[in-house]
Amino acid sequence: MAFRKIFTQHIQKKTCHTMAFYKQHGGYEQAKAALSKRKKPDTLIDLVKASNLRGRGGAGFPTGVKWGFVPKTTDKPKYLVVNADESEPGTFKDRLIMEKNPHLLLEGILICCKAVGIETAYIYIRGEFVFATERLQKAIDEAYDAGFLGNNALGSGQRIDVTVHRGAGAYICGEETGMLTSLEGDRGNPKLKPPFPAIEGVFGCPTVVNNVETLANLPYILEIGADAYRAIGPENSPGPKLFCVSGHVENPGTFELPMGVPLRTLIDKHAGGVWKGRKLKAVIPGGSSAHVLTADECDVAMDIESLAAAGTMLGSAGVIVMDETTCMVDAMLNVMRFYHHESCGQCTPCREGTGWLAKITHRIAHGEGRMEDLDLIQDVCDRMVGKTICALADAAAFPAESIVKKFKSDFESAIQNGGSPAWKKRHPSVVGGAASHA
Amino acid sequence: MAVTLSFSPSTMKQYEWLLTRYPTRRAALLPTLRLAESEFGEIGVPEMRYVADLMEIPPAFVFGVVTFYTHYRRAGTGKYHIQVCSTLSCALRGSEDVVTRITERLGIVPGETTDCGLFSLSKVECLGSCDTAPMLQMNDDYHEDLSIDDVDQLIEQLRESAKGGSN
Ligand SMILES: Cc1cc2nc3c(=O)[nH]c(=O)nc-3n(C[C@H](O)[C@H](O)[C@H](O)COP(=O)(O)O)c2cc1C
Ligand code: SF4
Ligand code: FES
Repeated sequence: MAFRKIFTQHIQKKTCHTMAFYKQHGGYEQAKAALSKRKKPDTLIDLVKASNLRGRGGAGFPTGVKWGFVPKTTDKPKYLVVNADESEPGTFKDRLIMEKNPHLLLEGILICCKAVGIETAYIYIRGEFVFATERLQKAIDEAYDAGFLGNNALGSGQRIDVTVHRGAGAYICGEETGMLTSLEGDRGNPKLKPPFPAIEGVFGCPTVVNNVETLANLPYILEIGADAYRAIGPENSPGPKLFCVSGHVENPGTFELPMGVPLRTLIDKHAGGVWKGRKLKAVIPGGSSAHVLTADECDVAMDIESLAAAGTMLGSAGVIVMDETTCMVDAMLNVMRFYHHESCGQCTPCREGTGWLAKITHRIAHGEGRMEDLDLIQDVCDRMVGKTICALADAAAFPAESIVKKFKSDFESAIQNGGSPAWKKRHPSVVGGAASHA
Repeated sequence: MAVTLSFSPSTMKQYEWLLTRYPTRRAALLPTLRLAESEFGEIGVPEMRYVADLMEIPPAFVFGVVTFYTHYRRAGTGKYHIQVCSTLSCALRGSEDVVTRITERLGIVPGETTDCGLFSLSKVECLGSCDTAPMLQMNDDYHEDLSIDDVDQLIEQLRESAKGGSN
C-alpha cells in the first residue's frame, strides 16, 4: 500500500483547518462509527492495542495498553488530558497539527473518550502557542455548534466536553504528572508514580494522558484497521510519523514519513542535507533529552526500537543536526543551561545535578576547565539517572554523558586552549588569560 | 492613590464561564490569571491580590503559582516584549547575533527594559518553532527566519507604531 500522509496531506490549502474542509475529506466519519451505540468500547481498545500504536510524546508507551489500565467501573469521573505542551527542544510537530488540522485532533479525542468512557477532556497547550490556541478554540466552537461535542456528542447520548487550557511557560509541565498538577491550578511540580495517572490522575480521578500526535492517529487506525496500520513501517513501532528536523540543514521542517525512515534519508533527502556544503558532525535524534549520535552512527532507522538499540531514543522525533564547525562544548553548555533553568527543584539530584552540569560545562567553555572535570561530569550524571521523581534529571544526564564521551577531543581542546572557539571569538582579549593563571 | 482593580462585566462573564469548565475552582486559576493579564495589562502584586480575593484562594498561593511560570506578563514589562529563543536549534543558526543586534539598537541587555518603557528584551527557551530559527516572540506573535535586517525592520516598525499611538 502506498504511503498516505494523514497529518500534512492538505496543509497547503488555505481552509484546511476548517470543519467544512475536514468533513469534505471524510472527516468525523470514524468518530461517528465509533460513537454509535452499537460499538462496544472494548472493541476500540482492542483495535488500538492490535495496531501497536505507541505514544508520540516521548516515552513510546503502547496507547491501547495505557487505556486498558483505566478502571472500567468506578464511581469517579474519568478524564482525558491531551499533552499539547510541546516543549522538548527541537520539537514542533504538535503545533502543526493544531494549527493546520485541529479537527483531526478533535476526532481522535472523541474516539478516545468513547473507548475509555470519558466525558471531560482538556487540551493542555503551552502558553506561547497563541495562534494554535485560537485555531483550536475555533475548531472546538465549530464542533459544539455542529453537535459533535456537548451533552449528546454526535448523537451518541454520551456527553463529551473539550476545554483548551493554556499553560504559562514551564518545560516541566510537559511531563505528565507536572502537567496534571498544573491543570489543577498549582505550580507544575511532578509527582511520584505510582499511582499512575490511569488510576489516580487529575483531581484524584482516573486520567488518560496522550500526546496530540498520538490521538491524531486514531481516525486513520479505525479507517484502515489494525493490520494495515501495523504494516506501515516496523511492526512493533508502526505508523505515519511527523519528524522535525532543525539546526544545520538546508531545508529545516516537519516531514511526514513512515516510521523507520533511515535517519540519513531524512537529513539528506528531505531536509536538503547539511547546510553550506559542510560535513555532518553530530545529530540529536529525539529532542534534546536523547543521547547524541556521531556522524558515523547515523545509519540508523528512525523508529522506537532501532534507536533504542543504537543507544539513544526516538523521543519526540526532534532531530537536531550539527555541522563540522559546531563546538560540542558550546552545544552542551546550551543544553545544560536549559535543563538547569527548567528543573522544578524538588529533587536534590536534579536541582543540584543540572546546576553542576551547567556550571562545569560553563567553566570548560570559558577556559577555566580542568581535565578532571570530564570524570566529574560522568560522576554527576551517575548520581542523577533513575534517582528522581520524574525523568527530567535523566533528560539532562543523557545528552551530557554522551556528548562528553563521544566528543571528548572538543572538551580536551577547550580545557587546554583557554576555552571553546565560540568563547574565544567573543572575548579575544582574555584568551590565554584564564589559562595562564590556572 | 489607590486604584481598586476589578474585572469588567464582560471579563467577569468569561470568568464565570471558566468556573463551569472545571470540577474545582482552583483549576481555573491559570486561565483567570490570563484574564487578569489581558484586562489589566500585567500581573503584579495588586493583580495577584485581586485574583486571590475573587477566587478565595490565599494570596501567597497565587503568588507561588505566578512565580513558577515564566510566561505571565509581569509588572514593569515594556509595551513590546521581545523574547529571543536561545535554545540549541536557534543558537546553531545565530540567535546570539539577534540578541546582540537588539542590544545595539535598543541599548538594553536581556532582562532589561528601555527607560521609555517601550521595549523589554528577554532570552527564552525553545518556542516550538526550531525549523524557522532564529526566531523570537514579540508579545503574542512569532517572528521567524530572522535576518539582521528583519530585526532592524521590526524595531523600526514598533517605534513607528508607538509614535502613531496604535499597536
Ligand atoms: C521532562 C519531560 C518533558 C516532557 N515533555 C513532553 C511534551 O512536551 N509533550 C508530550 O507530549 N510529552 C512530553 N513528555 C512525555 C509525557 O510525560 C507523557 O509520557 C506523554 O504525554 C504521554 O503521551 P503518549 O503516550 O501519547 O506519548 C515529557 C516527559 C518528560 C519526562
Ligand atoms: S527530576 Fe527534576 S524536574 Fe523532575 S520532579 Fe525532580 S527536580 Fe523536578
Ligand atoms: S530552539 Fe528556538 S524555537 Fe526551538
